[in-house]
Amino acid sequence: MIKFLIKGLLRDKSRSRLPVIVVTLGVMLTVFMHAYITGFMGDTFEMNAKFATGHVKVMTYAYAENLSQLPNDLALVETDNLLAELRNSYPDFEWAPRIQFGGLIDVPDSIGETRSQGPAIGLGIQLMDKGSKEAERLNLKSSLVAGSLPSRPGEILLSDDFARKLYVKPGDEVTLIGSTMNGSMTMYNFTVVGTVRFGVEIMDRGTIIADLEDVRAALDMPDAAGEILGFEKKGFYNNENAEMISAGFNSANTKPEDEFSPIMKSLARQGNLGQYVKLSEVWSMYISLVFVFAMSLVLWNAGLLGGLRRYGEVGIRLAIGEEKGHIFRSMIVESFFIGLVGSALGTAIGLMFAWLLQSSGMDISGMMQGASMMMPTIIRARITPPDFYIGFIPGVLSTVAGTMLSGIGIYKRQTAKLFKELEA
Amino acid sequence: MENSNTIIINGLYKRFPVGKGEFTALSDISLNFAQGEFTGLIGPSGSGKTTLLNIIGSLDVPTEGEVLVLGRSIGKLNAREAARLRKESLGFIFQSYNLLAVHTVYENVEFPLLLLRLSASERHKMVLDALEWVGLTDKIKSKPPQLSGGQCQRVAIARAMVKKPSLVLADEPTANLDAANSHHILQTMETLNRELKTTFVFATHDDKVISYLKRKIYLLDGRVDKDEIINHNSLKP
Repeated sequence: MIKFLIKGLLRDKSRSRLPVIVVTLGVMLTVFMHAYITGFMGDTFEMNAKFATGHVKVMTYAYAENLSQLPNDLALVETDNLLAELRNSYPDFEWAPRIQFGGLIDVPDSIGETRSQGPAIGLGIQLMDKGSKEAERLNLKSSLVAGSLPSRPGEILLSDDFARKLYVKPGDEVTLIGSTMNGSMTMYNFTVVGTVRFGVEIMDRGTIIADLEDVRAALDMPDAAGEILGFEKKGFYNNENAEMISAGFNSANTKPEDEFSPIMKSLARQGNLGQYVKLSEVWSMYISLVFVFAMSLVLWNAGLLGGLRRYGEVGIRLAIGEEKGHIFRSMIVESFFIGLVGSALGTAIGLMFAWLLQSSGMDISGMMQGASMMMPTIIRARITPPDFYIGFIPGVLSTVAGTMLSGIGIYKRQTAKLFKELEA
Repeated sequence: MENSNTIIINGLYKRFPVGKGEFTALSDISLNFAQGEFTGLIGPSGSGKTTLLNIIGSLDVPTEGEVLVLGRSIGKLNAREAARLRKESLGFIFQSYNLLAVHTVYENVEFPLLLLRLSASERHKMVLDALEWVGLTDKIKSKPPQLSGGQCQRVAIARAMVKKPSLVLADEPTANLDAANSHHILQTMETLNRELKTTFVFATHDDKVISYLKRKIYLLDGRVDKDEIINHNSLKP
C-alpha cells in the first residue's frame, strides 16, 4: 500500500512536484528574508562596533562620563598591563587600544603657508603592530581609493572626500593641530599615503586614520589610550554576553570614587545604541513573524487546495472500501513529506542566496548620501542558526495543517455526498 | 425469495433536508435481491435509483426502514464496518470509470486487493485473472489516459470484480460509451454474472443495459412502480 501511495505521489506532478515547488519558494523566501533582516540589523551594530564602540569598550570612569567630548586628558594609562589582563581574563574577545581625537588638518603650500584647512576626527589604531587585526577590522585595504596603507611611522590615511576637499593627494604633507593629553597645543606633521572611503557617510566626511604610536607621540600619550575596544572572536555582537562580562569586569575594577578606574561598557550601553539593540531585536522578530505568518497562510492554502482537488480520488478510495481514517492519515503523511522535501530544498536555496548576500553584499551608498547616522552602505545578509530551521515552520506545519483542514472536510462530509461530487 | 437473498429491503425511506423542509427521495421501498441476480433499477433522473444504489452500497444510510446487505444492516453499520463491507464484499462500477489516472491498469485493478492485505503473489494472480476476464491482459502497463472509453470501463469492471465480490453495483455504466462498447461491456458483465454467480445491480435508463437485465425494477418518484422478472411472472410490489 505504501508503495502504491508513493508511486501515485511521484507520478502525479500536481500532487508532488507543484506543491514541492510552492513550499520550496515559500521557505526560500522565509529563510532569505530572515537572514537579510538579521544581517541588516546586525550590520548597523557591527559598523558602530568596528568604528566606535566595540562589542564592549573599556575606558576610565571619567572618560565614560564625558564620552561625547573625547576627553583624552582622562584616558587610560599603563594600557599594556590592562591589555594583558583583559586578554588573559577574556580570551573570547580581541582587544584593541584606540585613541579618538579631534583637531585641525592644515595643508601647507610649497613655502609652508596654509593652502587649505579643515576640522577632522582622528582615529589612532594599531596599524603596524604584528598580529593586529585593526586594518582588517576597518576594512582599510578594500576601502583604499588611492595610495597605500601606512607602513612607516608618520604616515596616515585621510578619508577620500576630506582629501578632495583639502586638495590633498597621497605623498602630500599635512599638519595636525590639536591638544595633547595634558592640554597643551600640539602640531605634528604627517605624510598622507592613501585615501579611503568607508561607505559610512559620517566617517567619509573628515577622518584621519593613523598608527596608534604616532598618535601617542603627537598627543603626548605614552602607553595611554582613550579606550580599549573588545570584539567577540565569533564576529557578531551578543548583547547577553557583552552585558555579562561588563558586569563582571565592573564589579571587580570600577570604583566610582576613583575617576581613573576602568569601566567596561557594552555596545548597547553606549549612546543610544541600547534602544537600537532592543528595537532591532523586536523588529527582527516582528518582521520575521509577519513573514513566517504570511508564508504560513500561503502554504496552508496550498495544502488546502491540494487536499480539495483530491475529492474525486478520495471518493473512489472510499467506494472501494478504504477507511476514511486511513485516507486522512495517508494524506497527512504525504503532505508531511512534501513539506519536508520543500522545506529542505527551500532552506538550502534560501541559505545559498543569503550566503551570496552575506559574502558579496548589496551597495546602497547612493541612498545614504548625507546620512548622519553610522549606517552601513553595503547591505549584507547574516546566516544564523534559526535560518536552518525557521523555514520548516511554514513549510511543514502549515502544509500539513492545510491538508488536515481539507481532510477534515472530507472526513466530516457524508460518504454519499463525496461520491456524488466524484461523479460530478 | 429464499434464504439466499443478497439484499433485503423493508419499508425503506430516505429523506434529505432541503432548506427548512425535507425532500423524500425514496418512499416505502421493499425489495429482495437473490444471489446471482442481474437486476436493474430503472427510472428517469430524480426517481431515486442512485440513492437506492448508494444505500445498498453502504455509502449512505436509510432514514427509516431496514436494508440488509449480505446479512448486515446498513443503518446500523458504523463508518469502519461500512468500509469493511465495501472492501470485502462489494464492487462499484461508475459512469465515468473513475480510474486513478496516474496508476497503470495493473495497479488500478490491484488496488482493492491491497486493502485486503493479500500477498503479492495472490494479488498478481487475481489481477491477471480479472484482466483476462475483461480481455485486457495486453494493457497492464498502460495508464487510463492511454485507453479508450470502452477499455477504461473494462478496467473498472476488472477492478470491481478482482476480489470476486458477492455484489456489484453499477451506476449508469454505459452512459459514456458508444453502442458497440456498451454491448461488449454488458456481455462481459453478463458472463461474469453467469460464471461467478456475482449479483449485479444496475442503476440505468439506457435501453441497451435494460435489454440485458433479467429483472427490471422501475422506480418513479422514489417508489417502486413495477418489478419485472424477464421470461417469468411480472410482479407488483
